[in-house]
Amino acid sequence: MAGRYDAIIVGGGHNGLVCAAYLAKAGRKVLVLERRHVLGGAAVTEELYPGFKFSVASYVVSLFRPHIIRELDLARHGLSMIPLECSFTPHLDGPGLVRWPELAKTRREISRLSQKDAEIYPEFSLAMTRMAYFIKNIIDRPAPDPTSLAPSEMARTLEFAKSFARLDPDLFHLHSQLLTMSAVDFLSLWFESEVLMAPMSCSGIIGTFLGVRSPGTAYVLLHHYMGEIDGAFRSWGFHKGGTGGLSLACARAAQSFGVEIRTESSVAQVLVKDGAARGVVLENGDELLSRAVFSNLDPNRTFLKLVNSSDLDPEFLHQIRRYKLRGSSGKVNLALDRFPEFTCRPGVGPHVQGDLAICPNLDYLERAYDDAKYGDFSRRPYLNIVFPSLVDPTVAPPGKHVMSIFVQYAPYHIKEGAAAWPSRRDAFGDAVIDTVAEYAPTLKESILYKQVLTPWDLEQTFGLTEGNIFQGELSLEQLMFLRPAAGYARYRTPIKDLWLCGSGAHPGGGIMGSPGELAAKTALSAGAV
Amino acid sequence: MPLPTPFFPRTSALCTSLLWKEWAGYFAVRSFDIHAEREYYAFRHGCGLIDVTPLFKYDVRGQDACAFLSYLSVRDIARLKPQQVAYLCWTDQHGKIIDDGTVSYLDTHHYRVTTTDPEMHWFLRHARGFDVTVEDVTDRVAALSIQGPTSRDVLRQVCGPDIDKLKFFRMARTKFGGIEGLVSRTGYTGDLGYEVWVDPKDALALWDLLVAQGRPFGLVPAGLDAMDVTRIEAGFILSGVDYYCALRSLVEPRKATPYELALDWTVQLDREPFIGQAALRREKAAGPSRVFVCLEIDWDELAALFARHGLPPEVHFGGWRDPRPVYDPGGQFIGQATSGAWSPLLKKNLALATVRAEHGELGHKVLFEVTVEYERKTVSATVVKKPAFDPERKRA
Repeated sequence: MAGRYDAIIVGGGHNGLVCAAYLAKAGRKVLVLERRHVLGGAAVTEELYPGFKFSVASYVVSLFRPHIIRELDLARHGLSMIPLECSFTPHLDGPGLVRWPELAKTRREISRLSQKDAEIYPEFSLAMTRMAYFIKNIIDRPAPDPTSLAPSEMARTLEFAKSFARLDPDLFHLHSQLLTMSAVDFLSLWFESEVLMAPMSCSGIIGTFLGVRSPGTAYVLLHHYMGEIDGAFRSWGFHKGGTGGLSLACARAAQSFGVEIRTESSVAQVLVKDGAARGVVLENGDELLSRAVFSNLDPNRTFLKLVNSSDLDPEFLHQIRRYKLRGSSGKVNLALDRFPEFTCRPGVGPHVQGDLAICPNLDYLERAYDDAKYGDFSRRPYLNIVFPSLVDPTVAPPGKHVMSIFVQYAPYHIKEGAAAWPSRRDAFGDAVIDTVAEYAPTLKESILYKQVLTPWDLEQTFGLTEGNIFQGELSLEQLMFLRPAAGYARYRTPIKDLWLCGSGAHPGGGIMGSPGELAAKTALSAGAV
Repeated sequence: MPLPTPFFPRTSALCTSLLWKEWAGYFAVRSFDIHAEREYYAFRHGCGLIDVTPLFKYDVRGQDACAFLSYLSVRDIARLKPQQVAYLCWTDQHGKIIDDGTVSYLDTHHYRVTTTDPEMHWFLRHARGFDVTVEDVTDRVAALSIQGPTSRDVLRQVCGPDIDKLKFFRMARTKFGGIEGLVSRTGYTGDLGYEVWVDPKDALALWDLLVAQGRPFGLVPAGLDAMDVTRIEAGFILSGVDYYCALRSLVEPRKATPYELALDWTVQLDREPFIGQAALRREKAAGPSRVFVCLEIDWDELAALFARHGLPPEVHFGGWRDPRPVYDPGGQFIGQATSGAWSPLLKKNLALATVRAEHGELGHKVLFEVTVEYERKTVSATVVKKPAFDPERKRA
């Protein structure tokens, strides 16, 4: 049939583009359809204010898989990373805390809080690095299906179990602790200073509706250490010109293999015939046919909006409806006339060139969670701030700055109802800016432009259901062979030839590229496309 | 940025080479001149003066100070006499070395420990149940090492004739001119030498005094590069180079026991329980699978390899630390040389190596990898007596 594609990718996020590139590299005829005018999904750069380029949603590249960079030759297609070197936690009293790449320097910083903590910090990093080295095996391959009796599947499960058997006993115990404990309890096994543990624990809660003292949050701490293993590739940092640059590199790689990409092409429905996907229908009514359809959208959108519920098994639908999205974060992007001085450590030194965390102690974080538990945004939220313009002059005019503020908690389901978010948006933005201003009093007078994204806005703009930045919480019960639903963790769906290739599939969210890569490789090796 | 030590105003004025390195969070001079040879010869023929403030220093006090340190280290601290200094190491429960350093018996229930890495966390982890306090005095004690055959003559000028009574691995309270401090008959060069310890406020006055009094005796301010050559001649291990701390090793083979590092003489097994005791007993009974040796690399073979390219043999001054493989005569990998240097004094090309135990006997021949005109080759090397440099005056 003329014009028929081997695969249509619904959604031009970085995972959709990676998936398309792998499929086309294998010789398939591939079309990517993106609803917006820009590519990248949540990994996107937009010039919201003249001369200022914003990484509107995703703001740092953390776990992008080095082998994807190699296999798609992304550096040739424009991938260009700028390392993030340190983490600064400003305080209202004292000089704040900076964790540097140099061990001795970090030791001195932490010594002000606790000498014991300062000295054990490298040992902790080593244990986590060893652990991350083990976890790497999990994220770089499709999840095993432990319930299947198929020989190939049992071999896969066995291989997975054997990797545990190869673990040193101390690492095995560490792994069990990570699986079951809260970030704070886990860190307390090593450290005593709550002021140190506060910024360390935050990586355990990002994008989840959990507090730093909620069980299960320890596991996500590992993600921070994954970047260190892939150190030579420097995949932890900013993308030059904004996060969208990474997506564009993926898009150019895809195009080099012959992928066709259409923007402003919104998909209304997946065409299903006899229980199999056979193409898509666009909002404008056009029908496009293909042998397979890959959805880069979250599981909720894919199954509850693009597909007729009559085409799906009710039990599966029930599972998808229970899949937890419940976005918990927002974003404030600012264009600044000049750099805001942080009172506790003024100046534009290297300390502000990494990421900054507003989280002075553990109670602060727990209180921020308290507000959210009862249906409100945090009065004093946890903030993760970066100033990409300090290390990348291409994103702002000379002397001016782009400030990206990740905000948690901002629950999608506020007590007034999610639809009331537009009326709460200003108050939310003010709470964030007031919080920063306590540490950097000149901030307010230097703001040229302000964009406030509530979880409701993230849903409207990026199609992230309930504003969840990871297309579904990275909580333990939604990972591995349970992501997004038991029995469907291998990119396949109950509808034949409809595949998932976004963060809602294993191994999950973050700018990783793995779901896209693994979906493509799984479908190719199954001969499904 | 690393911190300056209290001697920085003097050392920075003299360091015309601008060759510095980071040492435990402090700035340390690698060599004052572009070439460190003058400083090396001062260590061996006159004396070298080197700032060793960055050494980690801890004061352990309390009723149980002795019991506590005995529990932590492979050596029985109860056998130390007042004013005695002991070189030792401490291990984890598997007998794998965490660090090496010294313990000085300063006073009743008062010891000072020096370490390579920060070890407060390790002390505190095991302090429970002991009546002790551990205090990090690293930045409250400025330290200089004065090493070489004339070091005693210099200190006699500065401290008076009592210095002659200070025996090897002993320490004493003394006055350097008007400056109160401690002096110990210790060092890292394998030679006659002393280390002096004072309050940082007196650091510059002490430096000036030693430099002024030392000049007639050939005293030269020296940096780490020169000292590195002397410690290789002396066969001393360096943490992070010749072995790795057990707590910071990613893989098991990186860890080492005292027996593997030829530190068996520091291990005193038959006494109250201490950390690693059972594992070390087993290791002693079975014998270590690897041993730490000094290799002398065959000069004629090396020269012949260079001659093939029409080149004279190249040996650069200074120690190297990039590990190099060691093979048995059949070409089988048997271990690694972790540091080495051409010894200008002994006229020998030396390396310190960890090799499989069966290759550790004196006189044993192995093959050592060298790169000659971009090409990797091997030359013969012989296991020789360690330390290669062991003068009478070292213990005097």
